[in-house]
Formats: sequence, structure tokens, C-alpha cells
Amino acid sequence: MLTFLGHRLVQLVPTLFFVSVIIFSLQQLLPGDPALVMAGEERDPAVLEQIRRQYHLDQPRPVQYVYWVKGVLTGNLGESMRIKQPVLDLILEKLPVTIQLATMAILIALLIGVSAGIVSAVKKDTVWDYGANAFALWGISTPNFWLGIMLIFLFSVKLGWLPASGYVRLSEDWRASLIATIMPAFVLGNAIAAILMRHTRSAMLQVLESDYVRTARAKGLLERTVILKHAMRNALTPVVTLGALEFGTLLSGAVLTEQIFSIPGFGKLIVDAVFNRDYAVVQGVVLVTATTYVVLNLIADVTYILINPRLRS
Amino acid sequence: MAEAAFAASVLPNRSSPAADSPARRMLRRVVRRKSAVLGLLVIALFVALALLAPLVSPYVPTAQDWSAVRKAPSAVHWFGTDDVGRDILSRVIYGARASLLAGVVSVAIAIAFGVPFGIMAGYLGGFFDALISRITDAMLACPFLILAIALAAFLGPSLTNAMIAIGITTTPIFVRLTRAQVMAVKVEDYVEAARAVGNPHWRIALVHILPNVLPTLIVQATLAIAAAIIAEAALSFLGLGQQPPAPSWGSMLNSAQRFLVNEPWMAVWPGLAIFLTVLSFNLVGDGLRDALDPRER
Repeated sequence: MLTFLGHRLVQLVPTLFFVSVIIFSLQQLLPGDPALVMAGEERDPAVLEQIRRQYHLDQPRPVQYVYWVKGVLTGNLGESMRIKQPVLDLILEKLPVTIQLATMAILIALLIGVSAGIVSAVKKDTVWDYGANAFALWGISTPNFWLGIMLIFLFSVKLGWLPASGYVRLSEDWRASLIATIMPAFVLGNAIAAILMRHTRSAMLQVLESDYVRTARAKGLLERTVILKHAMRNALTPVVTLGALEFGTLLSGAVLTEQIFSIPGFGKLIVDAVFNRDYAVVQGVVLVTATTYVVLNLIADVTYILINPRLRS
Repeated sequence: MAEAAFAASVLPNRSSPAADSPARRMLRRVVRRKSAVLGLLVIALFVALALLAPLVSPYVPTAQDWSAVRKAPSAVHWFGTDDVGRDILSRVIYGARASLLAGVVSVAIAIAFGVPFGIMAGYLGGFFDALISRITDAMLACPFLILAIALAAFLGPSLTNAMIAIGITTTPIFVRLTRAQVMAVKVEDYVEAARAVGNPHWRIALVHILPNVLPTLIVQATLAIAAAIIAEAALSFLGLGQQPPAPSWGSMLNSAQRFLVNEPWMAVWPGLAIFLTVLSFNLVGDGLRDALDPRER
């Protein structure tokens, strides 16, 4: 186990190195002089010179990269040009909002996706199976920003049951917070529920054909016990770890969901930064999401081994 | 006479060799799947609409009519009009061009870069494989849409840049898939045989390995087009793709959001168009995958 962990940690180093190179390279895509872009309306040569010195733009690219990495390693992701606040502080301020939304979304996805997957596998080739497969196809094919707009029309405009936009912190009023985030969380979790449904179905079908399930049935156990106690536990092992790997999908979805529902989270931060040409914030957001994804990937691998006795040895 | 009958019973039918070719067999299996055929028909319809847009759309998609602002669907404007009196049906028809173009071009970019690197990584192995794999891991670590948004932001908002951004972010998926397929195929006997008779590496890779990984790549490409269409719509929705007044389903949804209370039709049609196109590509992709799955035969 320790050897595996060590091996995976060593593998992380080059991956994170290339992540940093990709994110640093983004800045190089800016057409023209980056100092001019950073200066905005300002055209004073002295100011431009000062920007070049401050951001080491007068140095060769590899030197600029080393300075940037040094900053990142010490927690300095740069400063937002628009808000004049450290990027890391901005990210830390917005992150809890997105974490709440993402957690609710993944819970909704697990609830819908896993249940639909189990029913679909157990009732294979019945109307339940076709219905669950149709749901999965619908979930994968529906753009979440359209689903969000349609749900706002139905539940906010027509029925008036839920707020169309806005966010209340959990610490302020948990009930209002849940009401405000339930619709965006469903929108965000919908596509992941579809993916989880397909994986659960396929894993359950495989497990249901295995010898130990046949033995459990032969012993005369109730079908419910066979499915819930014997089959489901083994089928869900890869599915639960898959939840961690869907983190990237969640964050991508959060960008649009937060935009539609005006939720001041991580996704809205990057969109606002893009339109205000606040490139340090864009780089910071990509860096934090990529690093979190890499770490979650590692945790998922380790968890998979920990909960699977055959792999532990 | 008896010899001829024996030969006819044991030898393959040489008169129609194509009848049993793997491609034909796969096509037959796809055609047997009604959902895949339905998907193909819907895609064909959207492609036809996109190509024949000037002939079939009832109005010029950018023409504003201030006497018909935000009109509900009627006999004059089947899908209604938008906030500046433009015909929504015409804009949906022309919008198909941007979406299909973005889907195909960005996946073509991903294939053009991803497949050669995947073949080289899988075939050569060693340091080159490790290098490509780590770069692929790093690219996959950046969430697809977030990286596409960042790229589109740094490149500047336009449909071309959106296609480049989506193409770049889709590339690692093709690298990884091709690499895995090549690694599985390169140990097959026929590849060993090709090597034994002295074929150069490039010939083995292109003539003996690539055709055998192609079916899997076609399935992935179909599903990737679906994802790319959603990504283009998302970027246009955020203002980073097709720029107004040129029609695009994503930007139409963006402007429709402001008029949701009284003019919901503005949001219904472009969203439905995205959904139907993406669903069709997914149906075809699923059908192709099932047709290639040996367990399904």
C-alpha cells in the first residue's frame, strides 16, 4: 500500500509540473505586449515599465516561469487587477459557495443515478430499464444552462415555488440557503446522475452474474437481501470512487450554473475575471481546480484500494 | 461436379467479397439499431438545414423588424421573434451552421493532434510515452470547460478561437484512447509478422495498427462531437464563442434569459435544437459502440 502511495505521489510531480506549464503558457497566448493588456487604459511608458519589472516581463520566459512557480509555491497567485485583492483570498472567499453547491449536486446525483442504475440492472429489459436508460441519455444530452433556464421558468416564474437566483450562506439561514441552492444543485447534478446511472447499471449487471450472487440465491436468500447486501456493496465500490473523478465535470458545470442562478461562487469568479480581462484570476482558478482534481484523483485511487480487500494485498 | 459442390460449400463467396467485410458487418449492426438510425436521420436533417439555410430559412437571420419585436409563435413567425424582431426559426436554422461546424472542426483538431501523439506514445513506449502521458494527465486535470473558457479568454472571443479552445481541450482524450488501443494492438501476431518481414515503423503504425484502432476512434469522435456542440453553445452562451449579430444557439439562449418571464419561446427553440443535435450524436455514438462490442454480436 505504502509502495503504491509513494509511486502515485512520485507520478504527481511531473503531472503538476505540466499543469503549471500549461497555466503559465496561457498568459503567453495574449496577443501583443502583456504589459499593455495589464495596464488597461494606461499608456504611460513609466507605468508600463513598472508593470514589466513588477511581473518580471522584462526577463526571458523560463525566468518568468520560475518566478511564477516560486510565487505559487508560497501561496502567491498574483493580484486581481480589478479588485486589487490577492487572487488566493478571492478564491478562498468563493470556494465554500461552490463546495456547498457541488456537494449538494453530487448527493442528488448519487441518489438519482445509483437508484436508477440499480433498478435498471435488476429489472433488465423491462420498462424500468428502458426508462432509466432514456433518463441517462436525456441527462447526458441536455445542456445544463438550458435546463437551468427551463427550470427557472417552471418553478420560479410559473409556480413561484423557488427563487430564480441569489444565494444565502448556510451559516446565515440554512433553510433559505437550501431553498436557494436546490434548483442549481439539481441542474448541476443532473448530467452526473446520468453518468453514474450508466456505470451503476453496468457494474450491477456484472456483479449479478457472478458466482457468489448465484450462491447467495441458491442458499434461498430473499432477492432483496441478495441485491442490497451482496450485489450492491461490490457494485458500488467503483461507482463511489467515480464520484470523485466527476469533480471536473462538476466544476465545469458550476461555471454555467452559477452564471444562470447568479450564485457568487468559483464559476462566476472565472467568468467575471474573463470579461474584465483579469488574467491572474483566470490562471489562479484553473490552477486551483487542476490541483484539486489531481489530489482528488489520488484520494479516489487510495480509497478504491482501501475498500477493495483484493487490491489491498 | 461433386468437387465443385464441395468447393462452393467450404470456400468463401468470391463474387461478393465486400458483403462480409468488417465495415459492412458493422454497418449492418448499426442499421439494426432503430435509435442509431433515428439519430442519423436527425443529424442529416440538421446538416441539410445548415447547408441549405439561405434557401429554407424564411427570413434573413440578422434582419431586425421593429414592428415585430418579441412576437409569440404564429403563422408568420413559426418560432416567434426575439427582442429586436429577428425571426427565431431563421436564427435556429443558421445557428446549426455554427454548432455543427464547431462540433466537427474542434473534433478534427483533436484528432489531428491526438491520434498521431497517441500512436507514437503507444507504439514507441519508453520516455516518449511517459512524457506524452504526463502532459495528457496534466491537460485532463484541468476541467474541460474551465480550460476552454481560459483558452478562449486568452485567445479572444470568436467562433474560430472557441473551436481551437475546444479542440485543444478535447485532444488529450484522443491521445489517451489511441495510446491504449495501440498498446493492445501492437502485440498482436499480425503486427509481429509485419515487423518480421521488415516493414518500417511508420508503415506498421499507419498500415497495420491505425486501421485496427479506427473503429474505436470513430465511436469516440461521434461522442466528442456531441460534447463539443454543448461546449460551443456554452462558450457562446458566456459570450466567448460566436459573436452577435451572427446567430448561434448558445448566444440566443443568453439573450433569451432576460425575457424569460413573458417570452419563454425565445429560450425553448435554441435549447431544443442543441438538445436534439447532441442527443442524435449520442444515439449514433452509442449505436456504433454497441455494434463494435463483441458481446453484442
